[in-house]
Amino acid sequence: MTDIVNILAVICLLTGGFFLFVGSVGLAKLPDFYTRLHAPTKATTLGVGAVLLGSMLLTTMRDGGISIHELVISLFLFITAPVSAHMMAKAALHKKVTALKNTHKRELMKRIAQQKTPE
Amino acid sequence: MTTASLLDAAILVTSAMVLIALLMNVWRMLKGPSVTDRILALDTLYINSIALIILLGLYNGSPLYFEGALLIAMLGFVSTAALSKYLLRGDIIE
Amino acid sequence: MRYILPMPVHSLMLLAVWLLLNGFSVGQLVLGLILAWLIPVITWPYTDHQSRAGKPLKIAAYVARLLRDIVVSNVDVALKVLGSNRSLNPGFICYPLALQGDFPLTVLASTISLTPGTVSVDFSEDRKWLYVHALHITTEQEMIAEIRQRYEQPLQEIFS
Repeated sequence: MTDIVNILAVICLLTGGFFLFVGSVGLAKLPDFYTRLHAPTKATTLGVGAVLLGSMLLTTMRDGGISIHELVISLFLFITAPVSAHMMAKAALHKKVTALKNTHKRELMKRIAQQKTPE
Repeated sequence: MTTASLLDAAILVTSAMVLIALLMNVWRMLKGPSVTDRILALDTLYINSIALIILLGLYNGSPLYFEGALLIAMLGFVSTAALSKYLLRGDIIE
Repeated sequence: MRYILPMPVHSLMLLAVWLLLNGFSVGQLVLGLILAWLIPVITWPYTDHQSRAGKPLKIAAYVARLLRDIVVSNVDVALKVLGSNRSLNPGFICYPLALQGDFPLTVLASTISLTPGTVSVDFSEDRKWLYVHALHITTEQEMIAEIRQRYEQPLQEIFS
């Protein structure tokens, strides 16, 4: 039983570490701000979620009883990550951060920043 | 090799991955080029540090680190929101 | 009902989070019950009560689909990040909204941010358009149709 839980936890931890790593690679590597926004907001939430799942399995096994308060952090991150991404994107549009040249509908950015309709 | 030592190794490997991730975030934060890039790097930095703290708690077998992680999660979100708001309006409390 | 237990779902959530944070014991349960009753009573006048979510089964189906899509989207984004970034075709999408009301729109925007290669950027002033930034656009029509069919229509049913 302990062995199974340990192996499951190992899988969770390594998956989580991998996604956190990929999120930060994306942050360092992608070409402009708007594409960079994608990597951390998605990859890191799943990464932390997986690490917390591993931690949950281990503490449940170690202390006996069910330890689910790690769920609070995952839930909190899943709710707040889109909100902070949205706010940063808004701030970037307001600050006129430039987008890649081949961005589709790049000419609309000014209208989006002023919250106008597309036409 | 027992699964317990495998687990210890996995915790260390994951910590190393998160550490490299943190270094890349710091690099992005120093390089910019725009202010929002730095905020995004800070946001990623705090999320990664939550993972690192949880891993440290697992390694030491102590449940106390959980509270710290929760605090960082809350304050990190508030600071990201406040910084973005400052850029948007030039004012945080209206 | 309004004065005794104005927001039953909120009360239940508050109690659940309180017990998750502090561990289960009789004392914490009593304190949690008091807080779960008191906080909604105090905050009731300051919230807007436009949209109510119903149909628990549909909500569960939606959450399950969302969790699955989060995993799929993460693998998708990870592959795109690790691959060559030159072949990326990012861009903005104007998504015409059929959904109305603040809370449903927030849920839709958050869902879009959490799922495949898209981040919601802003609403237009009249709340009829949602601007979305996509990491890789194949065709705009296809993405709009996918969002509509996978997320907006289930949300419309939940909040109707």
